[in-house]
Amino acid sequence: MQTSLLDRLFDAGLLIDTGVDGLYGRSGAFEDVIQRFEGLISAFGSSSPSEVIRFPPGMNRSHFEGSGYMKSFPQLAGTVHSFCGCELDHVNLLQCMAEGNDWTKDQKATDIVLTPAACYPLYPTIAKRGPLPAGGGLFDLQSYCFRHEPSKDPARMQLFRMREYVRMGTPEEVMAFRQQWMERGQELIAAVELPVEIDVANDPFFGRAGKMLANNQRDQALKFELLIPVTSTAKKTACLSFNYHQDHFGKTWGLTTADGAVAHTACVGFGLERIALALFAHHGLDTADWPSTVRKALWG
Amino acid sequence: MTTKIRELLAKHGALPVSVETLADTTDLYEAGLSSFASVQLMLALEDAFDVEFPETLLNRKSFASIAAIRDALASLTEEAVA
Repeated sequence: MQTSLLDRLFDAGLLIDTGVDGLYGRSGAFEDVIQRFEGLISAFGSSSPSEVIRFPPGMNRSHFEGSGYMKSFPQLAGTVHSFCGCELDHVNLLQCMAEGNDWTKDQKATDIVLTPAACYPLYPTIAKRGPLPAGGGLFDLQSYCFRHEPSKDPARMQLFRMREYVRMGTPEEVMAFRQQWMERGQELIAAVELPVEIDVANDPFFGRAGKMLANNQRDQALKFELLIPVTSTAKKTACLSFNYHQDHFGKTWGLTTADGAVAHTACVGFGLERIALALFAHHGLDTADWPSTVRKALWG
Repeated sequence: MTTKIRELLAKHGALPVSVETLADTTDLYEAGLSSFASVQLMLALEDAFDVEFPETLLNRKSFASIAAIRDALASLTEEAVA
């Protein structure tokens, strides 16, 4: 029987099983690859000055609600709930747990929601500053993100890191940014000797209404993905995505350009674990054995 | 049918302009119909006309104008009759 990539990653100690599909520990070697690849992203992005912001993997629940995420992806969202009861409630809680019953039903929603994409906390933050400066804004983000989609596919983790550059400005400015990163993204992946393919794509919108949103997104070519075979050559994995949000976030958050027009936004997102997995799948599980050219691109 | 479509468009389209100002062939996206509003409109049309849009019709083209919506609905109700 063929051993799956996930099993081989566990056996090599690169990923550590926690007992939950899509929730894994990472080894030092795995983290080193992510760190080095992030260094490469920064090198490619350094020609355009950006503001670096790092948010934790949880976001303000009111910002999450305002984003409209639940309209599109209710099945993927994760909320943070806590015990908010009195001492008697605590006694009941412990008894409930001891009896093996559902103790989580009385947990109360906190003000924090797990971040679904690195850029979600950014839009309300920047809108709060007032109109964008002339020339718009460019931001460098990275965060662990949560998506509730348990899977044995190591490329579909529930908690994973997303690096992003987000551009805000006029339609022309953000479209030029997206075009530039579609080219840079291909150069970047070619530099680590992985096969590159770009295709139009859609987000996994929920339900029948979602089917229409997905078709609309494709019709308008709002999303492109850079695909690399990781676990399957037939069904390739999206490792980078290039997204044009039009004025969706601008309107949602009241983001405006210097001259008062609704700002348009676009982002390039890097699925860091997916890229690391692609590197391990293509070049081998021991980084010492990787082609010297790939090692040079990553470690210098 | 067109009157009902216009009524639902006014209620669910969230358009920045009055529906009376739109011709049957006016591009609704140009008039400000958002993706989310077009979905709301689609669901309201299904409810009002007791039809279900097949996946092949769940696209921008089917909701691009009042006339396009009328054609899409007509194709569904004709199928139902046949």
